[in-house]
Amino acid sequence: MSLTALAASITSLPAAEGGEGFQPPTTDIFWLPLFGKGDWAITEQMVWGAIVTAFLVIMLLALSKRAAVIPSKGQWMLEGLYNFVRNGVARDMIGTREFLKFVPLLFTFFTLILFNNLMGIFPLAMNPVTGKIGFPIAFTLVVYAVYHWIGIKRMGLGGYFKHMVPEGLPGWIVPFVGLLEFITYFITRPLTLALRLFGNMFAGHMVITLFVSAAAYQLLDGGAALKALSIPTGLMAAIMVLFEALVQFLQAYVFTLLAASYIAGALADHGDEH
Amino acid sequence: MTGNLSLVGYGLSAIGPAIAVGLIFAAYINGVARQPEARNLLQPIAILGFALAEALAIFGLVLFFIK
Repeated sequence: MSLTALAASITSLPAAEGGEGFQPPTTDIFWLPLFGKGDWAITEQMVWGAIVTAFLVIMLLALSKRAAVIPSKGQWMLEGLYNFVRNGVARDMIGTREFLKFVPLLFTFFTLILFNNLMGIFPLAMNPVTGKIGFPIAFTLVVYAVYHWIGIKRMGLGGYFKHMVPEGLPGWIVPFVGLLEFITYFITRPLTLALRLFGNMFAGHMVITLFVSAAAYQLLDGGAALKALSIPTGLMAAIMVLFEALVQFLQAYVFTLLAASYIAGALADHGDEH
Repeated sequence: MTGNLSLVGYGLSAIGPAIAVGLIFAAYINGVARQPEARNLLQPIAILGFALAEALAIFGLVLFFIK
């Protein structure tokens, strides 16, 4: 749904007396079914997610197919993006010895999450795909499976649990630290990874919608004073869009960085990860 | 005026992570100002700390909707 249609739908609500007519946006703005209904409905976010994925596949293939020693402008930009993930995230977090194996996974995460986030400020979509909890959960499940799989493959099941507790602790404290680390590895990490991405996109989109709908209400339904106030409100909406662009990039970076750090923690030798 | 008091509660609880994020980036800026060549080393650490502090605020947001 575009923002103008959204604003129109909100301002078309009957205005009550005494300035109580403004209806702040609710969480319903994220429920955008296209076909079907109930749990199996195809939503707008699903379609945009598919479009983003197709766009990424086509763009990455097209830009990397004719890679030359003297790069074209597109290849240069793609290499910049790739280098950012390869050197800035993977090599720094995982270490020079084993990072190359994980660069494809991390690059996929980074580009997919970045472009899905950017749908939040892309004029045609105007709704972050990752603002639906299902998408962050799916991304997180992959990270969860990968770092546990690596850890168990590397150290064995018993060794993996042993490696969670740092060496050199007094005996009586080991069960407590072990329990804490167990909770961290199996509950806190996946929970925060998914909720951080979801919460940022969700809250950011709510704030933008609130400012835009408030500005539209002030301009269309308000008196002279409210009409004048709609200018700073609209300006604030524009500022929030810019701020969201920053947050969307940052969250893609943070997700990739944390995924890399969890992988690095599972790869590390005993007690080496702290 | 009608509303939910948990909104105010969430607003108050967001102060903690806000201060934490501010302290983390203040420390990062201090570190880079003292030693500009340490920037690449400090950046992921600062972002990691920021992400962990921010997670608390995000938990609050989600708990607000669960109620």
